[in-house]
Amino acid sequence: MFESLTDRFEGILTRLRGRGRLSDADVDEVLREIRTALLEADVEIGVVRTFTTAVRDRCVGLELSQSLSPGQQVIKIVNEELVAILGGETLQIRYASRPPTVVLLAGLQGSGKTTASAKLARWFKQQGRNPMLVGADLQRPAAVEQLRVLGGQAGVSVFSEASDPVAVATAGLEEAKRLGRDVLIVDTAGRLSIDADLMDEIRHIAGAVQPDYTFLVIDAMTGQDAVSTAEAFHEALSLDGVILTKLDGDARGGAALSVKEVVGRPIAFASTGEKLDDFDQFHPDRMADRILGMGDVLSLIEQAERTMDKDVATKGAAAIIEGRFTLEDFLEQLQQVEKMGSISGMMSLIPGISKDIKKASEAVDDGQIGQVKAIIYSMTPQERTDPSIIDGGRRVRIANGSGTTTSDVNALLKQFKEMQKMMKGFGKGGMGGALGGLGGLLGRGGPKMSPKGMADMAAMVGDSDLAALGAGAPAGAPGLPSGGGAAPRGGKKGKGGKKGKGGGRVTPKSR
Amino acid sequence: MTDAVMVTALADGLLAVVIAVPVLVVGGGIAIAARRRGGPADGDGTSGGVAVAERPSTAAPAPPSAAAPTVETPVEAPAPPVPEPEPEPASYRGRLGKARGLLSGYIGSVRARARIDAATWDDLEEALIRADVGVGATDALLDDLRGRVKSGEIGGPDALVDALKGDLVAMLSTGHAALAEVGADRPAPVEGEPARTVDVWLFVGVNGVGKTTTVGKVATRLSGGGTPVLLAAGDTFRAAAGEQLSLWAERSGADVVRGAEGGDPSSVVFDAVQRAASKGTELVLADTAGRLHNKVNLIEELKKIRRVSDRPPGRVTEVLLVLDATTGQNGLAQAKVFLDAVDVSGVVLTKLDGTAKGGIVVAIQRELGLPVKLVGLGEGAGDLIDFDAEAFVDALF
Repeated sequence: MFESLTDRFEGILTRLRGRGRLSDADVDEVLREIRTALLEADVEIGVVRTFTTAVRDRCVGLELSQSLSPGQQVIKIVNEELVAILGGETLQIRYASRPPTVVLLAGLQGSGKTTASAKLARWFKQQGRNPMLVGADLQRPAAVEQLRVLGGQAGVSVFSEASDPVAVATAGLEEAKRLGRDVLIVDTAGRLSIDADLMDEIRHIAGAVQPDYTFLVIDAMTGQDAVSTAEAFHEALSLDGVILTKLDGDARGGAALSVKEVVGRPIAFASTGEKLDDFDQFHPDRMADRILGMGDVLSLIEQAERTMDKDVATKGAAAIIEGRFTLEDFLEQLQQVEKMGSISGMMSLIPGISKDIKKASEAVDDGQIGQVKAIIYSMTPQERTDPSIIDGGRRVRIANGSGTTTSDVNALLKQFKEMQKMMKGFGKGGMGGALGGLGGLLGRGGPKMSPKGMADMAAMVGDSDLAALGAGAPAGAPGLPSGGGAAPRGGKKGKGGKKGKGGGRVTPKSR
Repeated sequence: MTDAVMVTALADGLLAVVIAVPVLVVGGGIAIAARRRGGPADGDGTSGGVAVAERPSTAAPAPPSAAAPTVETPVEAPAPPVPEPEPEPASYRGRLGKARGLLSGYIGSVRARARIDAATWDDLEEALIRADVGVGATDALLDDLRGRVKSGEIGGPDALVDALKGDLVAMLSTGHAALAEVGADRPAPVEGEPARTVDVWLFVGVNGVGKTTTVGKVATRLSGGGTPVLLAAGDTFRAAAGEQLSLWAERSGADVVRGAEGGDPSSVVFDAVQRAASKGTELVLADTAGRLHNKVNLIEELKKIRRVSDRPPGRVTEVLLVLDATTGQNGLAQAKVFLDAVDVSGVVLTKLDGTAKGGIVVAIQRELGLPVKLVGLGEGAGDLIDFDAEAFVDALF
């Protein structure tokens, strides 16, 4: 439904190639596209206006560089501006000198407060804290029950009683002190910003527990109204940050931009799935890509890094690069990839993947990996290293051994050969080449997939462009904090990844 | 069919890609970096694995039942469900009055101008965009009006505003918008099958839009109007969703069929239909778990719920997509997927008592022809009312 902004720009800007600079009229045309893209992404219209003005100021008279296409240059500017708004400071939790550190969650009905409370509790627990939850949502039927169940799953105790929300919060604070809990998370009922009584109530709750952090929980699917909601809550409670929920949907999440711009407080956390672990600190740079419709390659990378065994991955990659990737390696990598979760989930993170491909990846989820594994298991080590020795007899044996047919075996061998070819390309071209190859392959299989689009993407991910994009982030912006709050990971590996052809930058956003 | 074939063909090539990308992404960088540095690759010590695995789909082709759902009958003649005092029935204008300040400003300034100029169009556009009508629908509406202004059909600013409102009302009124009549047009029973004596209304939508609350309100409304209903707690995923629905059942004096948490929702609905048939209840209201429309396995699960609900003695007569008025442009994507998957018959627009205008339903009606049937205007049991296009459009500005 949405073309990526890159595609839109390329259409307008290809004819500008070779020209020295962008004229006013060119810029106007481009800005209209940016405006539409942002509005379709649910960025609030006032914020869009401010934003396009900022972009205009940078684009008019822009000297076009020879190495980047005009489209890429404009995208770079847009991206930098987006990251500048979304990013800035990332919230670093400072724990209260006299525990507990109190965190208050507020928001509209259905934004995901209860779930976010439990996820946040779990996050604190993973940081080595000893949190407690307070269920002060006495409005929605069974809300406290829901919190108790989720708290149980997170291994965090839940306090609540049937009185009134202010009393519950107050008693919860006492209980946390008594038990020596160092973090207290208060879940509250959903309320509309124009409901004066309920806004008063939450003010009283805040007054009673004196929160160190007050977060607004907001749904990533929220439209233009995000701003008035955020303003109202900010006015009432003086927010410290925002928790963005339901980011695992396909909404572009422009609300994040609006809220950040209007409230001026960081988006502290993002919730990306239904499991308690699907919750982490917010990455402004990725959100920028998402709003622009450029997928979330970096999340894929991080996810891969978290779940895959580094040694095995290194071995596999070395094999690919050196052009000696065998079925044995293939099997090993397959097991790695399986650990990352569903393939369709992964594909959804890669930009430019069409609906057909996504559908196809469902089919892969449905057991194709199992079959491939079975076939390779049925081969001898020798066959795995050198599949060319597999003749008719061996084929029948493998098919019988794996409960498949000889044509299945053939199909796998053929695929593997293709893959080897493709992988040789990767070795030469680095990540850019890899994605280019990927585009070519998908282009053959999927009628709706644009190989050109993929190649563009490849160019962006692989080589200087994305590096350029990344470089635009404010210097103080966070690295890509992962999992347990490890040190930003940019520095270490980033040094190896200079820009340039064949650089194979895989941590392009290092700074 | 051909679709399936193509998908399989695609899947073949895909596998290689899927394997190669993450391997290269993780291993490649490390290997390359290692080569460059001439030293061994070292990890960065990340931890705290966040998995992508989704909730297990229960869409597996297992026959319904087995989970032995329990039936809760309200305890002995429930003290006549204490309906919260509802001093006045919800009304658009009453409820929306306080939320209408902002947008009326744009329309007011349009009307105040002596003639139609560029600023007029900007104001109208801004008003529509702010109401979440979306760029596509807004452009279409305004382009048409521009043509009519040019041709002289529309004279001044007042006529322009009225024409816009008229267009919106006409657009939102198309399509049959009344709720299905319970028990109407029953098909003649097929031989060898039980007669279809139980209507099923399914409530579907993404997380947090208010499905369970809507089921509770519809139950209250129908029971109050003399139509007994049976509730099926088909949200077996969200913690305590069953409890929440049970509390609504108590309020409305309806029975509720519940399954085990994490159980197969299809079997809950199946059992509810069986129970309704045996008790002679003609309508089952089936709650379902919230699901994001891009989670294919969950959409498959929903399709299965619909199939099972449509087995005699049940038949599905309404599939209501519950949509939160704060939802922006993503609402259209939601409606498309749910319509495609389970043949949605109408939209319930909730939380319209806030500052959000719910303009996305204009785009949904325009592109998909899906009518809005009900509107939620508050948390009380009586705050769910029939959609009224005129009142809605008035409130939009």
